[in-house]
Amino acid sequence: MSEKLWSGRQSAQWKKNVGLAEMLKGGVIMDVVNAEQARIAEEAGAAAVMALERVPADIRQDGGVARMSDPKMIKEIQKAVSIPVMAKARIGHIVEAKILEAMEIDFIDESEVLTPADDQYHIYKHDFAVPFVCGCRNLGEALRRIGEGAAMIRTKGEAGTGDIIEAVRHMRTLKEGIRKIQNMPNEELMTEAKELGAPFELLLEIKETGKLPVPNFSAGGVATPADAALMMELGAESVFVGSGIFKSDNPERRAKAIVEAVTYFNDYKKLAEISEDLGAPMTGINCDDLADNEKFAGRGW
Amino acid sequence: MSNLKIGVLTLQGGFDKHIESLVKLGVTVVKVREALELDGIDGLVIPGGESTTIIRLLKNFRIYDALRDKIVKGLPVFGTCAGMILLSSGITSHRDQETLNLMNYKVSRNDYGRQIDSFDALLNISGLGEDPVPAVFIRAPRITEIADSVEILSEYEGSPVMVREKNMLAASFHPELTDDTRVHSLFISMIKNLKMSVQNQI
Repeated sequence: MSEKLWSGRQSAQWKKNVGLAEMLKGGVIMDVVNAEQARIAEEAGAAAVMALERVPADIRQDGGVARMSDPKMIKEIQKAVSIPVMAKARIGHIVEAKILEAMEIDFIDESEVLTPADDQYHIYKHDFAVPFVCGCRNLGEALRRIGEGAAMIRTKGEAGTGDIIEAVRHMRTLKEGIRKIQNMPNEELMTEAKELGAPFELLLEIKETGKLPVPNFSAGGVATPADAALMMELGAESVFVGSGIFKSDNPERRAKAIVEAVTYFNDYKKLAEISEDLGAPMTGINCDDLADNEKFAGRGW
Repeated sequence: MSNLKIGVLTLQGGFDKHIESLVKLGVTVVKVREALELDGIDGLVIPGGESTTIIRLLKNFRIYDALRDKIVKGLPVFGTCAGMILLSSGITSHRDQETLNLMNYKVSRNDYGRQIDSFDALLNISGLGEDPVPAVFIRAPRITEIADSVEILSEYEGSPVMVREKNMLAASFHPELTDDTRVHSLFISMIKNLKMSVQNQI
Protein backbone atom coordinates (compact mmCIF):
# COMPACT_ATOMS: atom_id res chain seq x y z
CA MET A 1 0.00 0.00 0.00
CA SER A 2 1.72 3.12 -1.23
CA GLU A 3 1.74 6.23 0.97
CA LYS A 4 0.54 8.09 -2.10
CA LEU A 5 -2.83 6.34 -1.84
CA TRP A 6 -5.51 7.04 0.77
CA SER A 7 -5.42 3.45 1.99
CA GLY A 8 -1.64 3.61 2.46
CA ARG A 9 -2.05 6.49 4.91
CA GLN A 10 -4.62 4.78 7.17
CA SER A 11 -3.91 3.47 10.68
CA ALA A 12 -2.33 0.09 11.37
CA GLN A 13 -5.61 -0.79 13.09
CA TRP A 14 -7.61 -0.19 9.91
CA LYS A 15 -5.10 -2.14 7.78
CA LYS A 16 -5.26 -5.09 10.15
CA ASN A 17 -9.05 -5.02 9.92
CA VAL A 18 -8.97 -4.92 6.13
CA GLY A 19 -6.58 -7.88 6.49
CA LEU A 20 -9.33 -9.93 8.15
CA ALA A 21 -11.68 -8.99 5.30
CA GLU A 22 -9.02 -10.27 2.86
CA MET A 23 -9.05 -13.62 4.69
CA LEU A 24 -12.81 -13.94 4.14
CA LYS A 25 -12.51 -13.69 0.34
CA GLY A 26 -13.83 -16.52 -1.78
CA GLY A 27 -16.07 -17.52 1.11
CA VAL A 28 -19.63 -17.44 2.37
CA ILE A 29 -20.86 -15.57 5.43
CA MET A 30 -24.06 -17.13 6.72
CA ASP A 31 -26.83 -15.69 8.91
CA VAL A 32 -27.51 -17.91 11.93
CA VAL A 33 -29.95 -17.45 14.80
CA ASN A 34 -28.59 -19.96 17.32
CA ALA A 35 -25.58 -22.12 18.19
CA GLU A 36 -26.95 -25.15 16.37
CA GLN A 37 -27.31 -23.27 13.09
CA ALA A 38 -23.83 -21.80 13.62
CA ARG A 39 -22.39 -25.29 13.89
CA ILE A 40 -24.23 -26.39 10.74
CA ALA A 41 -22.81 -23.35 8.93
CA GLU A 42 -19.25 -24.02 10.10
CA GLU A 43 -19.58 -27.70 9.22
CA ALA A 44 -20.73 -26.74 5.72
CA GLY A 45 -17.63 -24.58 5.24
CA ALA A 46 -18.85 -21.05 6.03
CA ALA A 47 -15.95 -18.56 6.28
CA ALA A 48 -17.84 -16.66 9.01
CA VAL A 49 -21.28 -16.49 10.59
CA MET A 50 -23.55 -13.51 11.22
CA ALA A 51 -25.28 -13.89 14.59
CA LEU A 52 -28.76 -12.38 14.64
CA GLU A 53 -32.09 -13.06 16.34
CA ARG A 54 -34.20 -13.18 13.21
CA VAL A 55 -33.13 -13.70 9.62
CA PRO A 56 -34.18 -10.84 7.31
CA ALA A 57 -37.15 -12.82 5.92
CA ASP A 58 -38.61 -13.01 9.44
CA ILE A 59 -37.81 -9.38 10.22
CA ARG A 60 -39.75 -8.52 7.07
CA GLN A 61 -42.68 -10.72 8.06
CA ASP A 62 -42.83 -9.71 11.73
CA GLY A 63 -42.49 -5.97 11.18
CA GLY A 64 -41.83 -3.73 14.19
CA VAL A 65 -38.42 -2.43 15.22
CA ALA A 66 -35.43 -4.69 14.54
CA ARG A 67 -32.53 -4.15 16.96
CA MET A 68 -29.14 -5.61 17.92
CA SER A 69 -29.45 -9.24 19.06
CA ASP A 70 -29.41 -10.44 22.67
CA PRO A 71 -25.74 -10.61 23.79
CA LYS A 72 -26.45 -14.00 25.39
CA MET A 73 -27.37 -15.51 22.05
CA ILE A 74 -24.32 -13.92 20.38
CA LYS A 75 -22.06 -15.32 23.13
CA GLU A 76 -23.46 -18.82 22.64
CA ILE A 77 -22.63 -18.60 18.96
CA GLN A 78 -19.12 -17.30 19.73
CA LYS A 79 -18.62 -20.33 21.95
CA ALA A 80 -20.06 -22.78 19.42
CA VAL A 81 -17.75 -22.04 16.47
CA SER A 82 -14.09 -21.31 15.71
CA ILE A 83 -14.71 -19.18 12.59
CA PRO A 84 -15.18 -15.39 12.86
CA VAL A 85 -18.51 -14.24 14.29
CA MET A 86 -20.17 -11.08 13.01
CA ALA A 87 -23.19 -9.27 14.43
CA LYS A 88 -25.41 -6.39 13.36
CA ALA A 89 -25.81 -2.94 14.90
CA ARG A 90 -28.42 -0.44 13.76
CA ILE A 91 -27.26 2.34 11.42
CA GLY A 92 -25.89 5.16 13.59
CA HIS A 93 -26.34 3.23 16.85
CA ILE A 94 -22.94 3.95 18.41
CA VAL A 95 -23.79 2.19 21.67
CA GLU A 96 -24.98 -1.07 20.10
CA ALA A 97 -21.68 -1.09 18.21
CA LYS A 98 -19.68 -0.37 21.40
CA ILE A 99 -21.48 -3.25 23.12
CA LEU A 100 -20.61 -5.60 20.25
CA GLU A 101 -17.01 -4.41 20.41
CA ALA A 102 -16.93 -5.05 24.17
CA MET A 103 -18.10 -8.59 23.39
CA GLU A 104 -15.10 -8.94 21.05
CA ILE A 105 -17.21 -9.58 18.00
CA ASP A 106 -14.95 -10.13 14.96
CA PHE A 107 -16.88 -7.87 12.55
CA ILE A 108 -19.77 -5.43 13.10
CA ASP A 109 -22.33 -5.07 10.32
CA GLU A 110 -23.82 -1.57 10.50
CA SER A 111 -26.87 -2.87 8.75
CA GLU A 112 -29.90 -1.55 6.93
CA VAL A 113 -31.66 -4.81 7.77
CA LEU A 114 -32.16 -3.47 11.30
CA THR A 115 -34.29 -0.38 11.89
CA PRO A 116 -31.99 2.68 11.65
CA ALA A 117 -31.24 4.57 14.87
CA ASP A 118 -30.11 7.72 13.08
CA ASP A 119 -31.64 9.09 9.91
CA GLN A 120 -28.70 11.36 9.05
CA TYR A 121 -25.43 9.90 10.26
CA HIS A 122 -23.61 6.60 10.27
CA ILE A 123 -21.16 5.47 12.96
CA TYR A 124 -17.64 6.95 12.81
CA LYS A 125 -15.97 3.58 12.46
CA HIS A 126 -12.34 4.75 12.74
CA ASP A 127 -13.08 5.12 16.47
CA PHE A 128 -13.41 1.36 16.91
CA ALA A 129 -10.80 -1.37 17.26
CA VAL A 130 -12.98 -4.01 15.61
CA PRO A 131 -13.79 -3.93 11.88
CA PHE A 132 -17.07 -2.85 10.29
CA VAL A 133 -18.83 -3.96 7.15
CA CYS A 134 -21.42 -1.64 5.61
CA GLY A 135 -23.89 -1.94 2.76
CA CYS A 136 -23.98 0.17 -0.39
CA ARG A 137 -26.09 0.56 -3.52
CA ASN A 138 -23.57 2.57 -5.52
CA LEU A 139 -20.05 3.94 -5.51
CA GLY A 140 -20.87 7.13 -3.59
CA GLU A 141 -22.43 5.21 -0.72
CA ALA A 142 -19.52 2.72 -0.66
CA LEU A 143 -16.95 5.52 -0.48
CA ARG A 144 -18.81 7.41 2.25
CA ARG A 145 -18.76 4.26 4.40
CA ILE A 146 -15.09 3.61 3.63
CA GLY A 147 -14.31 7.23 4.49
CA GLU A 148 -15.98 6.63 7.88
CA GLY A 149 -13.72 3.62 8.41
CA ALA A 150 -15.51 0.52 7.07
CA ALA A 151 -13.04 -2.34 6.42
CA MET A 152 -15.38 -4.19 4.08
CA ILE A 153 -18.21 -3.21 1.75
CA ARG A 154 -21.12 -5.36 0.72
CA THR A 155 -23.58 -4.40 -1.93
CA LYS A 156 -27.00 -4.39 -0.24
CA GLY A 157 -29.33 -6.23 -2.54
CA GLU A 158 -32.75 -6.65 -0.91
CA ALA A 159 -32.36 -8.81 2.19
CA GLY A 160 -34.97 -11.42 3.05
CA THR A 161 -36.50 -11.65 -0.42
CA GLY A 162 -34.57 -14.48 -2.09
CA ASP A 163 -34.79 -12.31 -5.22
CA ILE A 164 -31.35 -11.58 -6.71
CA ILE A 165 -32.36 -8.62 -8.89
CA GLU A 166 -31.40 -5.87 -6.42
CA ALA A 167 -28.06 -7.50 -5.58
CA VAL A 168 -27.27 -7.58 -9.30
CA ARG A 169 -28.39 -3.98 -9.77
CA HIS A 170 -26.23 -2.73 -6.87
CA MET A 171 -23.14 -4.66 -7.96
CA ARG A 172 -23.47 -3.48 -11.56
CA THR A 173 -24.06 0.11 -10.43
CA LEU A 174 -20.99 0.01 -8.18
CA LYS A 175 -18.78 -1.45 -10.92
CA GLU A 176 -20.06 1.07 -13.44
CA GLY A 177 -19.19 3.86 -11.01
CA ILE A 178 -15.65 2.53 -10.67
CA ARG A 179 -15.16 2.21 -14.44
CA LYS A 180 -16.36 5.77 -14.91
CA ILE A 181 -13.76 7.12 -12.43
CA GLN A 182 -10.99 5.13 -14.12
CA ASN A 183 -11.71 6.84 -17.42
CA MET A 184 -12.00 10.38 -16.04
CA PRO A 185 -9.33 13.03 -16.54
CA ASN A 186 -8.14 14.43 -13.18
CA GLU A 187 -9.93 17.77 -13.60
CA GLU A 188 -13.32 16.02 -13.58
CA LEU A 189 -12.74 14.12 -10.33
CA MET A 190 -13.64 16.91 -7.90
CA THR A 191 -16.98 17.57 -9.53
CA GLU A 192 -17.62 13.82 -9.61
CA ALA A 193 -16.77 13.68 -5.88
CA LYS A 194 -19.34 16.42 -5.31
CA GLU A 195 -21.96 14.59 -7.38
CA LEU A 196 -21.34 11.28 -5.63
CA GLY A 197 -21.06 12.82 -2.16
CA ALA A 198 -17.82 10.89 -1.78
CA PRO A 199 -14.33 11.78 -0.52
CA PHE A 200 -12.11 13.18 -3.31
CA GLU A 201 -9.06 11.33 -1.99
CA LEU A 202 -10.83 8.01 -2.47
CA LEU A 203 -11.70 8.92 -6.05
CA LEU A 204 -8.00 9.55 -6.70
CA GLU A 205 -7.21 6.10 -5.32
CA ILE A 206 -9.87 4.39 -7.42
CA LYS A 207 -8.65 6.13 -10.55
CA GLU A 208 -5.19 4.72 -9.80
CA THR A 209 -6.14 1.16 -8.74
CA GLY A 210 -9.49 0.48 -10.44
CA LYS A 211 -10.96 -1.04 -7.30
CA LEU A 212 -12.28 -0.20 -3.85
CA PRO A 213 -9.58 0.01 -1.16
CA VAL A 214 -11.41 -2.70 0.84
CA PRO A 215 -12.84 -6.08 -0.17
CA ASN A 216 -16.20 -5.91 -1.86
CA PHE A 217 -18.71 -8.62 -1.02
CA SER A 218 -22.31 -9.18 -2.09
CA ALA A 219 -25.46 -9.55 -0.01
CA GLY A 220 -29.25 -9.49 -0.18
CA GLY A 221 -31.18 -12.05 -2.18
CA VAL A 222 -28.90 -15.05 -2.70
CA ALA A 223 -31.02 -18.22 -2.57
CA THR A 224 -29.21 -20.74 -4.80
CA PRO A 225 -25.63 -21.78 -5.63
CA ALA A 226 -26.17 -20.23 -9.08
CA ASP A 227 -27.14 -16.90 -7.44
CA ALA A 228 -23.92 -16.95 -5.40
CA ALA A 229 -21.86 -17.80 -8.50
CA LEU A 230 -23.59 -15.01 -10.44
CA MET A 231 -22.53 -12.44 -7.85
CA MET A 232 -18.94 -13.72 -8.02
CA GLU A 233 -19.11 -13.53 -11.81
CA LEU A 234 -20.18 -9.88 -11.50
CA GLY A 235 -17.19 -9.08 -9.31
CA ALA A 236 -18.16 -9.91 -5.72
CA GLU A 237 -15.22 -11.26 -3.71
CA SER A 238 -17.41 -13.21 -1.25
CA VAL A 239 -21.10 -13.67 -0.61
CA PHE A 240 -23.34 -13.09 2.40
CA VAL A 241 -26.33 -15.43 2.59
CA GLY A 242 -29.07 -14.48 5.01
CA SER A 243 -32.43 -16.14 4.83
CA GLY A 244 -31.45 -18.24 1.80
CA ILE A 245 -29.99 -21.12 3.79
CA PHE A 246 -32.07 -21.67 6.90
CA LYS A 247 -35.34 -20.79 5.15
CA SER A 248 -34.75 -23.56 2.61
CA ASP A 249 -35.81 -27.23 2.80
CA ASN A 250 -32.36 -28.65 3.42
CA PRO A 251 -30.05 -26.06 5.05
CA GLU A 252 -27.05 -28.44 5.45
CA ARG A 253 -26.90 -29.32 1.78
CA ARG A 254 -27.72 -25.86 0.51
CA ALA A 255 -25.08 -24.28 2.76
CA LYS A 256 -22.41 -26.68 1.53
CA ALA A 257 -23.48 -26.17 -2.09
CA ILE A 258 -23.30 -22.38 -1.84
CA VAL A 259 -19.80 -22.57 -0.31
CA GLU A 260 -18.67 -24.76 -3.21
CA ALA A 261 -20.38 -22.54 -5.78
CA VAL A 262 -18.44 -19.48 -4.58
CA THR A 263 -15.09 -21.27 -5.02
CA TYR A 264 -15.99 -22.76 -8.41
CA PHE A 265 -18.18 -19.87 -9.64
CA ASN A 266 -16.92 -20.11 -13.22
CA ASP A 267 -16.69 -23.91 -13.51
CA TYR A 268 -20.14 -24.65 -14.90
CA LYS A 269 -19.83 -28.44 -14.95
CA LYS A 270 -19.05 -28.39 -11.27
CA LEU A 271 -21.88 -25.90 -10.65
CA ALA A 272 -24.31 -28.29 -12.31
CA GLU A 273 -23.26 -31.06 -9.92
CA ILE A 274 -23.25 -28.73 -6.95
CA SER A 275 -26.78 -27.50 -7.72
CA GLU A 276 -28.28 -30.98 -7.94
CA ASP A 277 -30.98 -32.23 -5.57
CA LEU A 278 -30.86 -29.54 -2.89
CA GLY A 279 -34.58 -29.51 -2.08
CA ALA A 280 -36.68 -26.39 -2.40
CA PRO A 281 -35.03 -22.97 -1.95
CA MET A 282 -36.71 -20.31 0.20
CA THR A 283 -40.02 -19.26 -1.31
CA GLY A 284 -39.04 -15.64 -1.60
CA ILE A 285 -40.72 -12.38 -2.44
CA ASN A 286 -40.56 -10.69 -5.82
CA CYS A 287 -38.83 -7.33 -5.23
CA ASP A 288 -41.25 -5.65 -7.64
CA ASP A 289 -44.08 -6.48 -5.24
CA LEU A 290 -42.45 -4.50 -2.43
CA ALA A 291 -43.48 -0.90 -1.86
CA ASP A 292 -40.58 1.54 -1.57
CA ASN A 293 -41.10 1.85 2.18
CA GLU A 294 -40.84 -1.94 2.49
CA LYS A 295 -37.35 -2.02 0.99
CA PHE A 296 -34.38 -2.14 3.36
CA ALA A 297 -31.85 -1.00 0.75
CA GLY A 298 -33.02 2.62 0.86
CA ARG A 299 -31.80 2.92 4.46
CA GLY A 300 -28.36 4.53 4.49
CA TRP A 301 -27.25 8.14 3.96
CA MET B 1 13.69 -16.01 -11.40
CA SER B 2 11.02 -15.15 -13.94
CA ASN B 3 10.78 -18.71 -15.27
CA LEU B 4 9.48 -20.02 -11.93
CA LYS B 5 5.81 -20.94 -11.84
CA ILE B 6 4.28 -20.68 -8.37
CA GLY B 7 0.79 -21.87 -7.56
CA VAL B 8 -1.49 -20.18 -5.04
CA LEU B 9 -4.28 -22.28 -3.58
CA THR B 10 -7.40 -20.22 -4.31
CA LEU B 11 -10.14 -22.29 -2.66
CA GLN B 12 -10.89 -19.63 -0.05
CA GLY B 13 -9.00 -16.93 1.82
CA GLY B 14 -6.33 -14.27 1.42
CA PHE B 15 -5.01 -15.44 -1.94
CA ASP B 16 -5.18 -12.07 -3.76
CA LYS B 17 -2.48 -10.43 -1.65
CA HIS B 18 -0.13 -13.43 -2.05
CA ILE B 19 -0.61 -13.20 -5.81
CA GLU B 20 0.23 -9.47 -5.67
CA SER B 21 3.42 -10.13 -3.67
CA LEU B 22 4.56 -12.92 -6.00
CA VAL B 23 3.81 -10.91 -9.15
CA LYS B 24 5.93 -8.07 -7.73
CA LEU B 25 8.82 -10.52 -7.52
CA GLY B 26 8.47 -11.40 -11.19
CA VAL B 27 7.38 -15.04 -10.97
CA THR B 28 4.52 -16.54 -12.94
CA VAL B 29 1.51 -17.19 -10.70
CA VAL B 30 -0.99 -19.97 -11.26
CA LYS B 31 -4.29 -20.19 -9.37
CA VAL B 32 -4.85 -23.69 -8.04
CA ARG B 33 -8.41 -24.87 -7.43
CA GLU B 34 -8.10 -28.48 -8.49
CA ALA B 35 -5.70 -31.41 -8.37
CA LEU B 36 -4.70 -31.19 -12.07
CA GLU B 37 -3.56 -27.60 -11.58
CA LEU B 38 -0.84 -28.85 -9.22
CA ASP B 39 1.01 -30.29 -12.22
CA GLY B 40 3.88 -28.23 -13.57
CA ILE B 41 4.20 -25.77 -10.68
CA ASP B 42 7.54 -25.19 -8.92
CA GLY B 43 6.03 -24.27 -5.58
CA LEU B 44 2.71 -23.66 -3.86
CA VAL B 45 1.42 -21.05 -1.43
CA ILE B 46 -1.40 -22.05 0.93
CA PRO B 47 -2.88 -18.72 2.05
CA GLY B 48 -4.65 -17.59 5.20
CA GLY B 49 -8.40 -17.88 5.41
CA GLU B 50 -10.60 -20.28 7.32
CA SER B 51 -8.80 -23.61 7.76
CA THR B 52 -12.15 -25.38 8.34
CA THR B 53 -13.43 -24.14 4.96
CA ILE B 54 -10.23 -24.93 3.06
CA ILE B 55 -9.84 -28.48 4.42
CA ARG B 56 -13.46 -29.29 3.50
CA LEU B 57 -12.99 -28.07 -0.06
CA LEU B 58 -9.72 -30.02 -0.35
CA LYS B 59 -11.55 -33.16 0.71
CA ASN B 60 -14.84 -32.65 -1.16
CA PHE B 61 -13.10 -31.95 -4.45
CA ARG B 62 -10.48 -34.71 -4.08
CA ILE B 63 -7.48 -32.40 -3.99
CA TYR B 64 -6.31 -33.51 -0.55
CA ASP B 65 -4.48 -36.72 -1.55
CA ALA B 66 -2.87 -35.28 -4.69
CA LEU B 67 -1.69 -32.20 -2.80
CA ARG B 68 -0.29 -34.21 0.09
CA ASP B 69 1.43 -36.61 -2.29
CA LYS B 70 3.10 -33.78 -4.26
CA ILE B 71 4.40 -32.16 -1.10
CA VAL B 72 5.69 -35.48 0.28
CA LYS B 73 7.51 -35.98 -3.03
CA GLY B 74 9.20 -32.61 -2.68
CA LEU B 75 6.93 -29.82 -4.00
CA PRO B 76 8.04 -26.71 -2.08
CA VAL B 77 5.15 -25.25 -0.10
CA PHE B 78 4.63 -22.11 1.97
CA GLY B 79 1.64 -21.93 4.33
CA THR B 80 0.60 -18.72 6.10
CA CYS B 81 -1.85 -18.63 9.03
CA ALA B 82 -4.56 -21.12 7.93
CA GLY B 83 -1.87 -22.56 5.64
CA MET B 84 0.32 -23.16 8.69
CA ILE B 85 -2.62 -24.91 10.38
CA LEU B 86 -3.15 -27.14 7.32
CA LEU B 87 0.52 -28.14 7.16
CA SER B 88 0.64 -29.04 10.88
CA SER B 89 0.44 -32.54 12.27
CA GLY B 90 -2.49 -31.63 14.50
CA ILE B 91 -4.57 -28.94 16.19
CA THR B 92 -4.39 -29.02 19.98
CA SER B 93 -7.36 -26.67 20.38
CA HIS B 94 -9.60 -28.55 17.90
CA ARG B 95 -8.49 -32.17 17.99
CA ASP B 96 -11.21 -33.40 15.62
CA GLN B 97 -10.23 -31.03 12.85
CA GLU B 98 -8.15 -32.66 10.15
CA THR B 99 -4.92 -31.26 8.70
CA LEU B 100 -2.58 -32.36 5.91
CA ASN B 101 -0.33 -33.81 8.61
CA LEU B 102 2.97 -32.90 6.94
CA MET B 103 5.11 -30.83 9.30
CA ASN B 104 6.14 -31.92 12.76
CA TYR B 105 4.51 -29.28 14.90
CA LYS B 106 1.06 -28.82 16.39
CA VAL B 107 -0.91 -25.59 16.65
CA SER B 108 -3.65 -24.05 18.73
CA ARG B 109 -6.08 -22.05 16.57
CA ASN B 110 -6.93 -18.38 17.28
CA ASP B 111 -4.55 -18.69 20.20
CA TYR B 112 -3.77 -14.97 20.37
CA GLY B 113 -7.50 -14.18 20.60
CA ARG B 114 -10.27 -12.80 18.42
CA GLN B 115 -9.94 -10.02 15.82
CA ILE B 116 -9.70 -7.32 18.52
CA ASP B 117 -6.45 -9.01 19.66
CA SER B 118 -4.95 -9.19 16.15
CA PHE B 119 -1.66 -7.28 16.07
CA ASP B 120 1.38 -6.09 14.11
CA ALA B 121 4.96 -6.92 15.02
CA LEU B 122 8.49 -6.51 13.73
CA LEU B 123 10.24 -9.86 13.42
CA ASN B 124 13.83 -10.91 13.08
CA ILE B 125 13.81 -13.73 10.56
CA SER B 126 16.79 -15.98 10.14
CA GLY B 127 18.19 -15.58 6.63
CA LEU B 128 16.71 -12.12 6.10
CA GLY B 129 19.45 -10.08 7.74
CA GLU B 130 19.36 -7.54 10.58
CA ASP B 131 16.53 -5.43 9.26
CA PRO B 132 13.30 -6.57 10.98
CA VAL B 133 10.36 -7.70 8.86
CA PRO B 134 6.86 -6.23 9.45
CA ALA B 135 4.30 -8.94 10.18
CA VAL B 136 0.54 -8.87 10.66
CA PHE B 137 -1.03 -11.50 12.93
CA ILE B 138 -4.77 -11.97 12.34
CA ARG B 139 -6.62 -14.39 14.61
CA ALA B 140 -3.33 -16.24 14.38
CA PRO B 141 -2.53 -19.83 15.33
CA ARG B 142 0.26 -20.52 17.83
CA ILE B 143 2.68 -23.44 17.62
CA THR B 144 2.27 -25.36 20.88
CA GLU B 145 4.41 -28.44 20.19
CA ILE B 146 7.37 -28.72 17.84
CA ALA B 147 9.81 -31.50 16.94
CA ASP B 148 13.59 -31.02 16.68
CA SER B 149 13.40 -31.76 12.95
CA VAL B 150 11.66 -28.42 12.42
CA GLU B 151 13.92 -25.39 12.08
CA ILE B 152 12.66 -22.23 13.81
CA LEU B 153 13.31 -19.21 11.58
CA SER B 154 11.59 -16.65 13.78
CA GLU B 155 10.09 -16.35 17.24
CA TYR B 156 7.76 -13.83 18.81
CA GLU B 157 7.25 -13.63 22.56
CA GLY B 158 8.74 -17.07 23.05
CA SER B 159 6.63 -18.88 20.41
CA PRO B 160 7.90 -19.95 16.98
CA VAL B 161 6.12 -17.93 14.28
CA MET B 162 8.03 -19.02 11.18
CA VAL B 163 9.40 -22.52 10.69
CA ARG B 164 10.92 -24.72 8.02
CA GLU B 165 11.14 -28.47 7.59
CA LYS B 166 12.61 -29.91 4.37
CA ASN B 167 10.63 -28.43 1.42
CA MET B 168 8.00 -26.87 3.68
CA LEU B 169 7.83 -23.34 5.08
CA ALA B 170 5.13 -22.06 7.44
CA ALA B 171 4.33 -18.73 9.10
CA SER B 172 1.62 -17.87 11.60
CA PHE B 173 1.53 -14.28 10.31
CA HIS B 174 0.70 -12.60 7.00
CA PRO B 175 3.75 -11.33 5.08
CA GLU B 176 1.45 -10.72 2.09
CA LEU B 177 -0.43 -7.94 3.90
CA THR B 178 2.61 -5.63 3.92
CA ASP B 179 4.65 -4.08 1.12
CA ASP B 180 7.73 -5.99 2.25
CA THR B 181 8.32 -8.94 -0.10
CA ARG B 182 11.38 -10.41 1.64
CA VAL B 183 9.52 -13.41 3.09
CA HIS B 184 8.21 -14.32 -0.36
CA SER B 185 11.75 -13.87 -1.72
CA LEU B 186 12.94 -16.31 0.92
CA PHE B 187 10.41 -18.87 -0.32
CA ILE B 188 11.55 -18.32 -3.91
CA SER B 189 15.23 -18.83 -2.92
CA MET B 190 14.20 -21.98 -1.09
CA ILE B 191 12.53 -23.29 -4.28
CA LYS B 192 15.64 -22.49 -6.34
CA ASN B 193 17.99 -24.14 -3.86
CA LEU B 194 15.82 -27.25 -3.71
CA LYS B 195 15.76 -27.37 -7.52
CA MET B 196 19.54 -27.08 -7.67
CA SER B 197 20.10 -29.83 -5.14
CA VAL B 198 17.75 -32.13 -7.06
CA GLN B 199 19.65 -31.38 -10.28
CA ASN B 200 23.00 -32.04 -8.55
CA GLN B 201 21.73 -35.42 -7.37
CA ILE B 202 20.93 -36.34 -10.98
